[in-house]
Amino acid sequence: MGRYVARRLLQMIPVFIGSTLLIFCMMYALPGDPVKALWGEQSSDPAQIAALKHQLGLDQPLWQQYWHYLTGLFQGDFGTQIASQRPVSDVIAQAFPVTIRLTLFAFVFTVVVGILLGVVSGLRAEKALDRIVLIFTLLLISVPSFVLGYLFQYVFAFKLGWITPTVQDSTNWGQLLLPAIVLAALSLAYVTRLTRTSVAENLRADYIRTAVAKGLPRRRIVGVHLLRNSMIPVVTFLGTDIGSLMAGAVVTEGIFNVPGVGNAVFEALNRREGSTVVGIVTLIVIVYLLASLLVDLLYAVLDPRIRYA
Amino acid sequence: MRGAKTMQWSALAAAVALAATACGGGSGGGGGSAAGKPAGYVSIDVTEPQKPLIPGNTNETQGAYVINSLFTGLVEYDAAGKLRNANAESITTDDSKTWTVKLKKGWKFHNGEDVTAQSYVDAWNWFANIKNNQQNSFWFEDVKGYDDVHPAKGDPKSDKMSGLKVEDDHTFKIELTHPVSYFKYKLGYYTFTPLPKGFFKDPKKYGQEPVGNGPYTFEKWTHKKLIQVKAWKGYKGDNKAKNKGIQFKNYSSYEAAYQDVLSNTLDISPQVAPKDLPKRKSDFGDRAIDQPFAATQSIAPAFYSKTFKDVDPKVLQGLSMAIDRKTITKTVLNETRVPATGFMPPLVKGYQKVDTDIFKYDPKKAKELIKEGGGVPGNKVWIQYNADGGHKEWVSAVCQSIRKATGVECVGDSKPDFQTELDARDADQVKSFYRSGWTADYPLNVNFLKELYATNAQTNYGKFSDKEIDGLFKKGDNAKDLDATIKIYQEAERKLAQKMPAIPLWDYAANVVHSDSVGNVKVNFRGDVILSDVTAK
Repeated sequence: MGRYVARRLLQMIPVFIGSTLLIFCMMYALPGDPVKALWGEQSSDPAQIAALKHQLGLDQPLWQQYWHYLTGLFQGDFGTQIASQRPVSDVIAQAFPVTIRLTLFAFVFTVVVGILLGVVSGLRAEKALDRIVLIFTLLLISVPSFVLGYLFQYVFAFKLGWITPTVQDSTNWGQLLLPAIVLAALSLAYVTRLTRTSVAENLRADYIRTAVAKGLPRRRIVGVHLLRNSMIPVVTFLGTDIGSLMAGAVVTEGIFNVPGVGNAVFEALNRREGSTVVGIVTLIVIVYLLASLLVDLLYAVLDPRIRYA
Repeated sequence: MRGAKTMQWSALAAAVALAATACGGGSGGGGGSAAGKPAGYVSIDVTEPQKPLIPGNTNETQGAYVINSLFTGLVEYDAAGKLRNANAESITTDDSKTWTVKLKKGWKFHNGEDVTAQSYVDAWNWFANIKNNQQNSFWFEDVKGYDDVHPAKGDPKSDKMSGLKVEDDHTFKIELTHPVSYFKYKLGYYTFTPLPKGFFKDPKKYGQEPVGNGPYTFEKWTHKKLIQVKAWKGYKGDNKAKNKGIQFKNYSSYEAAYQDVLSNTLDISPQVAPKDLPKRKSDFGDRAIDQPFAATQSIAPAFYSKTFKDVDPKVLQGLSMAIDRKTITKTVLNETRVPATGFMPPLVKGYQKVDTDIFKYDPKKAKELIKEGGGVPGNKVWIQYNADGGHKEWVSAVCQSIRKATGVECVGDSKPDFQTELDARDADQVKSFYRSGWTADYPLNVNFLKELYATNAQTNYGKFSDKEIDGLFKKGDNAKDLDATIKIYQEAERKLAQKMPAIPLWDYAANVVHSDSVGNVKVNFRGDVILSDVTAK
């Protein structure tokens, strides 16, 4: 088990280097000059552009730039932003906690509500309640998140006046509630449907019949035997979902004005801030890797027949 | 199996720990104040300035808002774009080449230091020096000795421009390499500010916590969130703050800011997103302000392109007359633009009514002119634009108008974003037209003509080149006084209407909305809200 984890962690190193190289090359290949664009549509000065590029090392060939970036990275230096001259690590340190808070909130919401709804409707498959849940989740899946965002804003901020339309303080959990729900809505629907199908199917499995025949209490049958075996597809989904929740919050962050990771990447891309994009995206890649490792380990917990050595 | 069992417990423990921190965070964060705006302050949506707050480096609207609140230069423009003295007692010249600046006495920086002639000269030398990588360094190119501190190649020979001389504490002389009769107008640009002594020791720190001489003092900058400045009691200028301070709040979208103004969480949003434009009047009534300012939108032909190489200007005049500006500004642009009547907006000094009908929509005449001029090669034109700036709608409308009126095929040539679009302009890859926008640096006709249409101008991406026009520009610069310069440039503008270096479409209007907790919200010639005049109720 320990060796397995160590091997997986070691495998992350080449993936890490490969992904930074790939993103670095992509940023390099993008048309558009970040230094020239600083002058916008106004007059500019070729001598000053050249001087600035030289200072930033942007006049070097790609491999040299990448080498500098990588050596800097291993010394804990993520580089410096072109326009603001702020260290990229500052930008990351500011954006990530906000997004992690938001993601965690959304994730907990997804897990708790999604699994609960899934189990309830799975146990009552093909009954009225099940139908209602299915229609409700279908609605969540088909409504784009920005529609939901604006709808919530309108109802809760303007009609009911419970909250301010945007997040004023991103360290305040109460204010993050609404964006978290909007962010979680889609995953919630998927988790519910996955759980429901899985539960409904396993309910007809032999081992459940055996458990019932043995005279086990219903709570134990559902809580342990049924749920544990039904969780594998759900956990797989949740593992990848945590990554996409972190990276894919651009729209929700925009509507509720949350200064998170999605926003930071979007802006950096627009301004061609190469090192910022590479830094943030690489961190997201790592989050994905760790999440998938966690999922694999959880398989062993859920199904003792799966073993790693 | 055993391994799995321990895993199970640790997973559970982790879940419990997570839940515990979540709850802890919840109760801790809930008590803090949300908006946190001190009484009497005014809040405005100004997104995070791109760069450190140094007057020599800021050239974008967001940063300019903050710089203008913290620094005051020699002269300033009033709401109508008229020039008046600010920190300067007088600026005089006999030959437009050597200028004598006398400062008002008693002005201080926020840290108590006197504002002297030396503060100006040191600052300007620092801004112009190529080593300091200031984006506005080229603003000093008229000053004698600029080449020494800012050579086209290599290291600077000196760190002082020989054209700047301190006479006494409150007087200094500026010598230029050639007469520039409108130099005083240029001085109103916010790069020509003084800096305190401490700046030169630690520019990095002062870029984060600027110390200026303007109506507000710096309070704090929480990156990506807000910048806060406080009204300064010691300010001597005319534009003393009428409120207690300003919060520049960072919004990731104008939609979000609009919602916050609507719910009174934010006081002013200086721009309205297209989505909210149609309903701004019903939401805000007379608190939705539309005011034209000194910026224009044109489509400029690339004179190297297949379409427009050696084109007869009559063809361009014809295309111009095929565009129904009035209808497009009214419908597609929601009256956020005003149809153009010249190469510059009316509130620019030196604006004239050009005696021409090229801005009039007249399909019949448009067709005739294009025919007379020999037609458009291939009978097709492209308009290049960037898809990230909300230009698609009007480009389509302009194209449709041209197609309908003249039968010339017209399509938009979309580039994904502004950088890519700029790249294509730079590399001479424009197929026929490109979208060309210009906001006044200083409200004088010179700024709308020379920077765009002089043969070697940096922003002349279409490579328009005309000896007669270049000659007039040069003559205008060397004229003996400002009035003479303006007249000569006006002559050049009349000639340009015949030569058509661009097809002006419309002038911009600022669309501002504000809540009812602030009053006296006005917009200056650059389209920015005049913050020092805003009153908080």
